[in-house]
Amino acid sequence: MSTHIKTSTLQLSASGLEVVRKDAVKAYPDECCGFLFGTETEGRKITLAVPVTNHKDGDKRRRFEIHPQDYLRAERLAAEIGLDLLGVYHSHPEHPALPSLTDLEMALPYFSYVIVSVKSGKVVDERSWKLNESLGLFEEEFIMQPIHLS
Amino acid sequence: MATIIIPTPLRKFTGNQSTFKVNDAGTISEAIHSLTDQYTDLKKHVIDEEGKIRSFVRLYLGDEDVSALDQKAETRIKESDVISIVPAIAGGKI
Repeated sequence: MSTHIKTSTLQLSASGLEVVRKDAVKAYPDECCGFLFGTETEGRKITLAVPVTNHKDGDKRRRFEIHPQDYLRAERLAAEIGLDLLGVYHSHPEHPALPSLTDLEMALPYFSYVIVSVKSGKVVDERSWKLNESLGLFEEEFIMQPIHLS
Repeated sequence: MATIIIPTPLRKFTGNQSTFKVNDAGTISEAIHSLTDQYTDLKKHVIDEEGKIRSFVRLYLGDEDVSALDQKAETRIKESDVISIVPAIAGGKI
């Protein structure tokens, strides 16, 4: 289902990481979700994280779903601000930051999937995953130390 | 010419093109098939084995969900129309 081979790297801005962590804590015990924007000119750099509502009908503690209108807005925002839509984040309350079979089934190529593990309301881990389409599994991306942007 | 907007994660299948201009497309469905005929690697992500739009994909005509339109994907389009392909984004810990 997943592998621990880290074949690529991901830089997350400190401000973006803070947004992701705060959203994960705020949504707890439900799962949070949001979009990741950035650039790929010198490796993949996430400079902006934007939370969106978890629209999953039913148990939000173990599932998330992003509304199609929110996806449309994210694509439009990326075009407006000159960044690329590079991925999605979500949280796993009381669960490791490992992709589930559901995550794998819904995974799209190209996107980085940052997963935040939250235990007892506190963030304990965050890891990033990218679909290897040909192998049909996730490969982990090495998250570099947060970058501070002026 | 109507325009189809390709979602970022699927642009690797369109040579990184973010938009596709459709010539002589009568309906939304015909426009999408015109796109996938040109970029065949994209097809499996958008069209199912029966030739219909995949269940994991939504289409929008402007800001309107195509599934909510009376004629759905058979709705006729104008030259000024913009069709967006919206992939389902979902998951969870279990």
